Amino acid sequence: MSTVTQANDHDHDHKPTGLKRWFFSTNHKDIGTLYLIFALTMFFVGGSMAMIIRAELFQPGLQFVDPQFYNSMVTVHALIMIFGAVMPAGVGLANWMIPLMIGAPDMALPRMNNMSFWILPFAFALLISTLFMEGGGPAGGWTMYPPLVLQTGAAFPFLILAIHFLGISSIMGAINIIVTVFNMRAPGMTLMKMPLFVWTWVITSFLLVASLPVLAGGVTMLLTDKYFGTSFFNAAGGGDPVLFQHIFWFFGHPEVYILALPAFGIVSQIIPAFARKPLFGYASMVYATASIAILSFFVWAHHMFTVGLPVKGELFFMYATMLIAVPTGVKVFNWMATMWKGAMTFETPMLFSIAFVILFTIGGFSGLMLGITPVDFQYHDTYFVVAHFHYVLLTGAVFSLMAAVYYWLPKWTGHMYDEKLGKIHFWLSTITANVLFFPQHFLGLAGMPRRIPDYNIQFADFNMISSIGGFAYGLTQLLFVYIVIKCALGGKKAKALSWEGAKGLEWSVPSPAPHHTFETPPRLTKAMLEH
Amino acid sequence: MFDKKKIKKTTLSLFFFTVVMFGFGYALVPLYDVFCKLTGINGKTQRVVENVNQKQYSSDRWVKVRFDANINGDLPWTLKPKERNMQVQPGNFYEATYIVHNKYFEDVVGQAIPSVSPSVASLYFMKSECFCFVNQLLKAGETKEMLVRFEVDKDLPDGVDDITLSYTFFRTLPGDS
Repeated sequence: MSTVTQANDHDHDHKPTGLKRWFFSTNHKDIGTLYLIFALTMFFVGGSMAMIIRAELFQPGLQFVDPQFYNSMVTVHALIMIFGAVMPAGVGLANWMIPLMIGAPDMALPRMNNMSFWILPFAFALLISTLFMEGGGPAGGWTMYPPLVLQTGAAFPFLILAIHFLGISSIMGAINIIVTVFNMRAPGMTLMKMPLFVWTWVITSFLLVASLPVLAGGVTMLLTDKYFGTSFFNAAGGGDPVLFQHIFWFFGHPEVYILALPAFGIVSQIIPAFARKPLFGYASMVYATASIAILSFFVWAHHMFTVGLPVKGELFFMYATMLIAVPTGVKVFNWMATMWKGAMTFETPMLFSIAFVILFTIGGFSGLMLGITPVDFQYHDTYFVVAHFHYVLLTGAVFSLMAAVYYWLPKWTGHMYDEKLGKIHFWLSTITANVLFFPQHFLGLAGMPRRIPDYNIQFADFNMISSIGGFAYGLTQLLFVYIVIKCALGGKKAKALSWEGAKGLEWSVPSPAPHHTFETPPRLTKAMLEH
Repeated sequence: MFDKKKIKKTTLSLFFFTVVMFGFGYALVPLYDVFCKLTGINGKTQRVVENVNQKQYSSDRWVKVRFDANINGDLPWTLKPKERNMQVQPGNFYEATYIVHNKYFEDVVGQAIPSVSPSVASLYFMKSECFCFVNQLLKAGETKEMLVRFEVDKDLPDGVDDITLSYTFFRTLPGDS
């Protein structure tokens, strides 16, 4: 420990200044910061689209926007939140924390790291620019099913190109993470000693390199179908539009776990820290994560139960989907066992993590309901699905990202955030998110379809409640920005070990973490490898 | 400090894996076709048998075959079966006629895509003559009769006694000729 701090004390902490520092950065911490700021920006861009959606749905009838624009809001909101907010936030955390957690000086491929970040602003500039084009933005849903998506106007090639860019960026980020973890761990940091956040990111990275190229292939086929006369999905030429759904969900289901696994890693770091107990069942956590990842490639057709699959296929995909509940259940029970009889304190990161465990489990249960084939025939494409995936992605993935930011903010900025405001942010977020999404379960069960700007008046009350929750949730997130900026500018000085019960190498470097850390590999003691 | 060679090796093998997975996306296209052929999903099976076996099977079993007709929105044609449905005995050949009409004031080329449902029946639905999968030219205002000669295989599983044969005419794509 002392050797590490000393090495950092007379560290040549020179960093480039001005814009150059950010444009040409090859430093994992700077790139991590860029990713996180970009993700937060996109969270607000996508969020304001959600506000438009909720405003339109506040009352039955058409109020504010025309249906075509509404549909493009639904489509672009999803693409921005998935590819622009949650994924970059995860990659940003990985960039910042993985080298610190495994005792590496930086990522293995720093220039590629720079490139994978700087592709993103251009990709989203392409995507968002389509909203101002003739014919409007893509409006066929983020799943881009043909033949509907082929009716997109001038926006279509921009959409495809943006997807390609996002894919390339994510694949490069994923490769960088795998190469770093496989080759640059400090001596003594064996694979089964790595913090669980690192493990979940390695497994997520494998999901990314295995599934994103398939999506790239699928959208390329869409492009050639529209402009070059191929007939992959065109029935007139002997193709089959259902094939696209298979290709898309072969990517799409692993993508769900690309968003969720890093969240599992984050709460597996935070819960032990604030329960002041080692993580219960570390090895089973690793195996459960790997099992979820492998199974995720064999369940894709549960997104398409209603396309007319043969009964045997529906049964297979139903049982395979049920199977995923087993490793996920292992994880949930491990988190509960970690908290069991722990000396728990409830700082903001812990609150978000506990809320994650509860609310993600609710999302998991509604997922199980959707996974039952005959039941899905009723729920398919209703608001029940919308409620389900917002529970797993907003109160799941996004809550864990919030927890991670609060947990590591002292390490990044050198200051403690305002705990009181943090707690207010937590309680407002949790209450409003549930007001926003819980009624959507009832709407879905009552038969309200998704992706429509108008609805039957029987759905009016629940939609109004949901919209009020939505506006409140959106406003609450401004508080988050305020807390983060306030913390970056000043506050109580953070110690190297910012949280009493926190474990891991990242807490052995000073706060804020110097520009360069672990230039010589740290000498690890047994105590430092505890989880 | 770190093994540069190992880093390069891991990086290159991951990029190679990415390229392989991109190819796998394309490999799903023929794989899907094979899978559909084997299982009869989407009624894609179109086994064409030679009409040499003229002997009549007689059995007690009667199956109802319905004829369905669709026109894709881009094609200014009408299509309808002469008869809506037909009672057939498995093992024997029957003929059905569709009437196609071009409403347009110009010649148009179209192409029909067939589909049989339920999908399990498509494995037992044989056609010796069909107007599908070939370009059909209709002159302006022309009406044509098109013939399907088919047989429901006598091994058709029990419980299937209602089969729908559906045709959809599409406008032939500009690139094809």
